[in-house]
Amino acid sequence: MSNQTTTRPRVNVNLAGLQKSDYRGATSTLCQGCGHNSISSQIIAAAYELDLVPENVVKFSGIGCSSKSPTYFLDRSFGFNGLHGRMPSIATGAMFGDRTLIGLGVSGDGDTASIGMGQFKHVMRRNVPLVYIVENNGVYGLTKGQFSATAETGLSLKNHGTNPYMPVDIAWEAVVSNATFVARSFAGDPKQVKELIKAALSHNGIAVLDIISPCVTFNNRDDSMHSYAWGKDHEAPLHELSYVPPREDIMIEYEEGEIIDVTMHNGSTVILKKLEHDYDPTDRARAIVMLEEANAKNWLITGLIYIDTSKPSLLDIYGLTDTPLNRLPEDRIRPSRETIQKVNELMF
Amino acid sequence: MSDIQTVEKVSPTKDLEPIVNDFSITVGTVNGSGSQTSNLTILRALFKMGIPVSGKNLFPSNIQGLPTWYTIRVNKDGFTARREEHEIVVAMNPATFAEDLEKVVPGGAFFYPDDIRQAIRRDDVVTYPMPVKHLVRDSEAPANLRDYVANMVYVGVLAQILGIDLDKIHLALDFHFKGKQKPITLNFSIIRSAFTWVAENLVKQDPYWLEPMDATHDFIMTDGNTAAALGSIYGGVHFVSWYPITPASSLAEALEQYLPTLRKDPETGKNTFAVVQAEDELAAIGMAIGAGWSGLRAMTSTSGPGLSLMTEFAGFAYYSEVPVVIWDIQRVGPSTGLPTRTSQADLSMVNYLGHGDTQQIILFPGSVNECFEFGWKAFDLAERLQTPVFVLSDLDLGMNQWMTNPFNYPNTPMDRGKVLWEEDLEKMAEKWGRYLDVDGDGIPYRTLPGNRHPASAYFTRGTGHDEYARYTEDHEDYARVMSRLKKKFETARDNVPKPVLHSMGEAEIGIIAFGSTEPAIAEARHYLSEQGIKTDYLRLRAIPFSKEVADFVHAHQRIYVVEMNRDGQLHQLLTLEFPSQSEKIISLAHLDGLPVTAKWVQEGIQAKEVK
Repeated sequence: MSNQTTTRPRVNVNLAGLQKSDYRGATSTLCQGCGHNSISSQIIAAAYELDLVPENVVKFSGIGCSSKSPTYFLDRSFGFNGLHGRMPSIATGAMFGDRTLIGLGVSGDGDTASIGMGQFKHVMRRNVPLVYIVENNGVYGLTKGQFSATAETGLSLKNHGTNPYMPVDIAWEAVVSNATFVARSFAGDPKQVKELIKAALSHNGIAVLDIISPCVTFNNRDDSMHSYAWGKDHEAPLHELSYVPPREDIMIEYEEGEIIDVTMHNGSTVILKKLEHDYDPTDRARAIVMLEEANAKNWLITGLIYIDTSKPSLLDIYGLTDTPLNRLPEDRIRPSRETIQKVNELMF
Repeated sequence: MSDIQTVEKVSPTKDLEPIVNDFSITVGTVNGSGSQTSNLTILRALFKMGIPVSGKNLFPSNIQGLPTWYTIRVNKDGFTARREEHEIVVAMNPATFAEDLEKVVPGGAFFYPDDIRQAIRRDDVVTYPMPVKHLVRDSEAPANLRDYVANMVYVGVLAQILGIDLDKIHLALDFHFKGKQKPITLNFSIIRSAFTWVAENLVKQDPYWLEPMDATHDFIMTDGNTAAALGSIYGGVHFVSWYPITPASSLAEALEQYLPTLRKDPETGKNTFAVVQAEDELAAIGMAIGAGWSGLRAMTSTSGPGLSLMTEFAGFAYYSEVPVVIWDIQRVGPSTGLPTRTSQADLSMVNYLGHGDTQQIILFPGSVNECFEFGWKAFDLAERLQTPVFVLSDLDLGMNQWMTNPFNYPNTPMDRGKVLWEEDLEKMAEKWGRYLDVDGDGIPYRTLPGNRHPASAYFTRGTGHDEYARYTEDHEDYARVMSRLKKKFETARDNVPKPVLHSMGEAEIGIIAFGSTEPAIAEARHYLSEQGIKTDYLRLRAIPFSKEVADFVHAHQRIYVVEMNRDGQLHQLLTLEFPSQSEKIISLAHLDGLPVTAKWVQEGIQAKEVK
């Protein structure tokens, strides 16, 4: 992470009194150069910079490469690696245990947009207080390279021919499902990823982050939107991208309003457009129009696309005790002895 | 109420030997016509007259229009199982008129609206035409309610002919309409006018008669789903997630009804519970497992088709050791099957629910009262054993009204199982491991999210894990964890509710059954003993089988396993459990989707015993 070096004396401890190493997890077993590892690093950085106490965070994931990654950050946080596509339901129930916890979920495009589409839609509808990161690479990695539902039409993969179906746009799905926080970024843009994760961790409600995260191993055709080289043939003049050798993290930097073509590991390109400085993310209709325009131009819009901080989260609407439910003693959850007589009288 | 007693009453027929408090009344109506109110009114009035009574609703999977039947059995000896004989039949539905007429036993009574002009080709039954339209037209019922209150006519007619107390009918209406005077008055006025009309126009010709008794005052009347909900509330349920399905919906709906009054925090007045209607059963159990993992008493309720969807999470919770309670109100499968008929055919499936080597804990409530008891006990077991607990009820137990003992306040404190909080971890000298078998009972210690101790966190997963919840594919780690789960299952044998034994002493014949077959078996044993066939009866209340089950099997020459499914699923499980005894374990499996009758059980055993 060369971009994190600094000439100032290193600050070892944050306001929570913790070192960055206190936010680490086990060593990643994902492929070297996988975008997911870069996202894990930014989760660690964001939690450190927000002075979060790891014990105050609870991690969730489904099944797939992305869903393995919660093992690789925040070792001191409780984690729940659930079932394929079922992370939303697990998180929904688990967040009721202790309302002071911050939920952080990591899913993939298969886990979210294929097998988990139903639960994904409903977790947004309920505004579950949860950071929901989709590490989106358009391909199934663990099962060795099948198409996912976010793969673009016409994409060819080594053993699976050409994708005939329309792709799912996760940010679009989130906006139309009344998600209260929708953002997109690119794994190789650590600064933006980190800032968006920090914003998401501060949001009271569902925060969907669609992070394009290149698969170095399987989605590596030149013409894939989710590969690093999609833009090589139509490289935009707005940004200069240095050559990235394969199998290393692709790192980029670009400004608000800028459009860049990013070359993926396979030589293909994605075109990223960072939202303008004056873009108003609280205007849902504008967000929808903007996503539609971007779609027509083949851009992937990055930045905070939509936010609504006015809606109560799921946990706000149940009138629950301030004491976490999982710490209530027996006499507060078992009705008193006197009530049983009345209950029997209520029967016929 | 004062005018109730002024109405003229008929007397029992003089020249017939009266048959008192021992017959069945069946009413055939059109689904959605409001007849359920009438039927429940009769049932409850009889109950308040002190006569042992039971009601079975035979209804279609339909909102309006298809035929439906309701059978009320009165029995002075307290037998409440379904019978196949219908002494009194009320035919309100022209579409089933001929069929309903055929049902009446010879000498029985047949009631029908006089505007149904169909031939009555039987001369061995008493027939009573009822001027339903006429009485409704003359009533104060507004036009839009006439079809609904029309069913009250047969209540009034039966009250007069059979001798149902009008004041008890009024009590039943008051309960049904929750004290709302307008509907009570309207319905009661129809009943009374029908009652009067009979006195003035009909002569009783049948022998059936009701006499008040004193056999029900120790009982309440309700359904198993309501009892399960209330028991769960006393069990401290925090979290309910569910998806609508017949016949389980009324369980979750009862939770929604009673939680807001019973579960306000005594200190703050805030809620100590949450109910989420999920998008499907996958999410319903997922949420419950998430909540159970976070330390909440979490449950869901469903039926067979929902359970099929819950299978992947059932296996997950077994392997990752998350407590959760799942009520299965069984209906007839396979597939969508007969959604409104009863069954005990989910047993084999639930026993192994999940792929790989999975063994689930199952409870079998055998009465409405026990639905309440297992409502709270299931949470103690789930948290003690850190595993899903399935409670197998069925449509008959769950949705029909039953006389039952009043609910008892839980007689033991909650068992929250092995949970470590900050101070516990602080005191520990050795490193805590989520899946370490510290006590040798196969049950590890768990921590809950929200525990702020730096050593509290662990990673829950359905993938291979070692004692410290670390990912592993090591074959020895895997085998060790699986063997410990087996040990935990053995521990459960001593923790689950023991079977209930009814003995006649020195009987060679044993009967093993579970759940809602209880009344039929009790009655069948009575008839069998009258024939000189003594039986002992073991009512199974849980899987795994405790030692008492083994003792019972070994102690009897022949074991009849009575259950409501095609393949004799409990019979199969028992023969697997006791292979050396399998030759003497005989299956009596009842298939048709209706509650089993005493006669069927009796004849089944008799056929094999008397050769």
